[in-house]
Amino acid sequence: MRRFASLFDALDTTTSTLAKVEAMSAYFATASPSDAAWAVYILIGRRAKRSVGPAALRQWLLEEAQLPAWLVEETYASVGDLAETIALLVAPETPADSDAADSDAADLSLTTWLTQRIQPLIRESDEQRRGKIAAWWHQLPYAQCFLVNKLLTGSLRVGVSRSLVTRALAACLDQPRIQIERALMGAWEPSADFWHSLRSPDAGFEISQPYPFFLASPLEGPPEALGERSRWLAEWKWDGIRGQILARGAHCALWSRGEEIITERFPEIMDSAAALPPGTVLDGEVVAGSAERVLPFAKLQQRIGRKKLTAALLAAIPGYFIAYDLLEWEGEDWRSRPLQERRAQLERLLPAAAMPAIGLSPVLSEATWEELAAARLQARARSVEGLMLKDWQAPYGTGRQRGAWWKWKIDPYVFDGVLLYAAPGHGRRSNLYTDYTFGVWRNGALVPVAKAYSGLTDAEIRRLDAWIRKNTREKFGTVRSVEPVHVFELAYEGIAKSSRHKSGIALRFPRIARWRTDKPAGEADTLDALQRVLLTHDGGS
Amino acid sequence: MLDAVGPGLRRDALIRVTDRGLYCAAGDFYIDPWLPVERAVITHAHGDHLRAGSGSYTLAQAGLRVARCRLPPDASISALAYGEPIIMGETQVSLHPAGHVLGSAQVRIAHGDQVWVVSGDYKRDADPTCAAFVPLPCDVFISEATFALPAYRWPDTQHTAREILAWWHANRSQGLASVLFAYALGKAQRVLAELASLTADCVYIHGAVAGLVDAYRAEGIRMLPTLPATVAGAADYRGALVLAPPSAAGSPWMRRFGDHRTGFCSGWMRIRGDRRRRGYDRGFVLSDHADWPSLLQTFRETGARRILLTHGHTDTMCRYLREQGVDAAALRTEYGGED
Repeated sequence: MRRFASLFDALDTTTSTLAKVEAMSAYFATASPSDAAWAVYILIGRRAKRSVGPAALRQWLLEEAQLPAWLVEETYASVGDLAETIALLVAPETPADSDAADSDAADLSLTTWLTQRIQPLIRESDEQRRGKIAAWWHQLPYAQCFLVNKLLTGSLRVGVSRSLVTRALAACLDQPRIQIERALMGAWEPSADFWHSLRSPDAGFEISQPYPFFLASPLEGPPEALGERSRWLAEWKWDGIRGQILARGAHCALWSRGEEIITERFPEIMDSAAALPPGTVLDGEVVAGSAERVLPFAKLQQRIGRKKLTAALLAAIPGYFIAYDLLEWEGEDWRSRPLQERRAQLERLLPAAAMPAIGLSPVLSEATWEELAAARLQARARSVEGLMLKDWQAPYGTGRQRGAWWKWKIDPYVFDGVLLYAAPGHGRRSNLYTDYTFGVWRNGALVPVAKAYSGLTDAEIRRLDAWIRKNTREKFGTVRSVEPVHVFELAYEGIAKSSRHKSGIALRFPRIARWRTDKPAGEADTLDALQRVLLTHDGGS
Repeated sequence: MLDAVGPGLRRDALIRVTDRGLYCAAGDFYIDPWLPVERAVITHAHGDHLRAGSGSYTLAQAGLRVARCRLPPDASISALAYGEPIIMGETQVSLHPAGHVLGSAQVRIAHGDQVWVVSGDYKRDADPTCAAFVPLPCDVFISEATFALPAYRWPDTQHTAREILAWWHANRSQGLASVLFAYALGKAQRVLAELASLTADCVYIHGAVAGLVDAYRAEGIRMLPTLPATVAGAADYRGALVLAPPSAAGSPWMRRFGDHRTGFCSGWMRIRGDRRRRGYDRGFVLSDHADWPSLLQTFRETGARRILLTHGHTDTMCRYLREQGVDAAALRTEYGGED
């Protein structure tokens, strides 16, 4: 555990990606196979089943800290992280000679901690759990106390991306990154066996494994910079969930980009997938609706949100898969072939009468960039997010490699809202007021319509934080209401009716576009204006 | 009327908060005033406690050289040995070690049968650069509360010093300079003194640190040898440790160091969110202020019947003390700003 704590420390105390990759490689190279596998599992953000919830930890902290409850809560609000608050309040201070080797014997491996100490807690009574965990808090040095708390609650974010972990693994195992990326997809258990399978990737191939998704980069300049229009396939950017259909004989599965199997959620798509020839993998978008009419994203969310798939729900919000790429054909990996070839084969396959819930993403025929730009303006009316531009000659890449796939999104909706409430952020932003609620006018009063966490620069956040502290009207726990003075331009992607919100509307992905220091609060938008957007655009049906 | 006394102070108080600073009417002097006054008694030379423009300054002998670096050359200063009493108006005033930085002092004021102590900033951890804090029995103790949250508990100073050394050596092995930000008065010298027991290597220092290092050396404080990091391109900084004030971070001055890593020494570095948000590569927990346990320990040791808090997490400490049956109140001052 001490070695993993050092790795965590090394990752946490540098902003250099190179240093992070080196620290991980060094750990993987010397850790036991099962420790290395667990470390990969944790670092790429996989979560084992939680053995104890944060509410219980919080309660036990109140009992162990020997401080008044309000003071523990106030410290937690200031620190912004429960695992850290516990370590700060309860763990013994690091003794000056803690690096000495004499306590090595007492140091358990990462695997032992996870499989023999933390995981068995699930089967134990609350009283047993409390006793063990409280003892760890009082015995472990600060860094390990913090880490064990993170492992208990199942989430450890340390500022390494999946692709950095892949880079480190590729470097230390001397394997191509694409192989490593593939092996990390899908379901796997952290174990010595898994680690060995990473070393010899073919042995690790599993029939249930999807391919890593190729991701598009946002097009920032004019499309003319991409050269000739004819080099590029143009299609709609569908507003759904990225998905991969695996049809490998008896094994049919639907994977989402979040690496979850969502097979059970979409029986109609899977009925169609059963008609695919064995050894086929399709890349595409899961949407709500049909070939004729794609429904707004809010509908798809309703469908995913329901646990029970009733006949009425299946009829009202049918699932539909719009295929746009072919990754495997007749059991062979086709990703290195040019898009032109993959697309041609896909068009021979789809559409097919036997597969009513799987369609083909149409290729847009506009022959010039200018015509295409005009088509992009209709995107909103079609419930799509914009256009995709894909190089006809490019292979199917991995992750967000730039150059071959571009997303040319429509400009977001915007409105001007007034800052009403602020709450402290978490993690990196704890003890700064960074979580904001904005309102718009209705009958002379401000109604909250959106929360936003991102979009300001660090300097703006600090400036606003200082202002909030000086201009607080009321405190509700950690939330403060402020003088309604500051106006912000907020961007959002969609709007839907909502009975859960006081304003009657819900905005999709609101974020701050800019601080309108030039605008007085009285000139912010009205709820009427937002409702007009709702009526004239998507989500209103 | 209440405004003239200031919140937290009674009308018969020996010390009041005025718009110029903490005022002792019986002795007709101010302690660490934030506006010019006729007579100022100074706890220490940090900018929020020692400001130019007052008629005369009274401060501890050990801090005289440091204060001279911070005041105009014509300032009228009288220095007192620690514990040496003087009469000011109807009061007897003496200065006592506060353990914050070289020459820092608590101000003890006796008037009739009352004793008040103003702590200024202080810490209880060992520090080779200054005399250790001495708890003084008093009726009213006016304390700082910069780190008055239970999350703030300081690790052993030598442990932190070894961390700094290990970081420096790790950077050196990669040919990188290590630029360590620390407050120019106190923290920088403390780092140089703590490291002196672990290595004999030379450290480069920023111009804002240099004059104060000289003042410390003149007072007999043992520190690592230093060289100025002032001339761009004149030295090879690969593998070197450089000490600079936090204000140098991100300035063009940094360009001379080429590839480097940055670190920051401060009590604020105790919290991970603060370490990450400040954008330094490393944060080292090293504070010249009292942590939560030290504050409570100090309050007990003074035996004060009333605790007044000047800056920091004053409301939190106040509520905690009151719940423990201690008479406590927060004052509204303009201190705070370093560490």
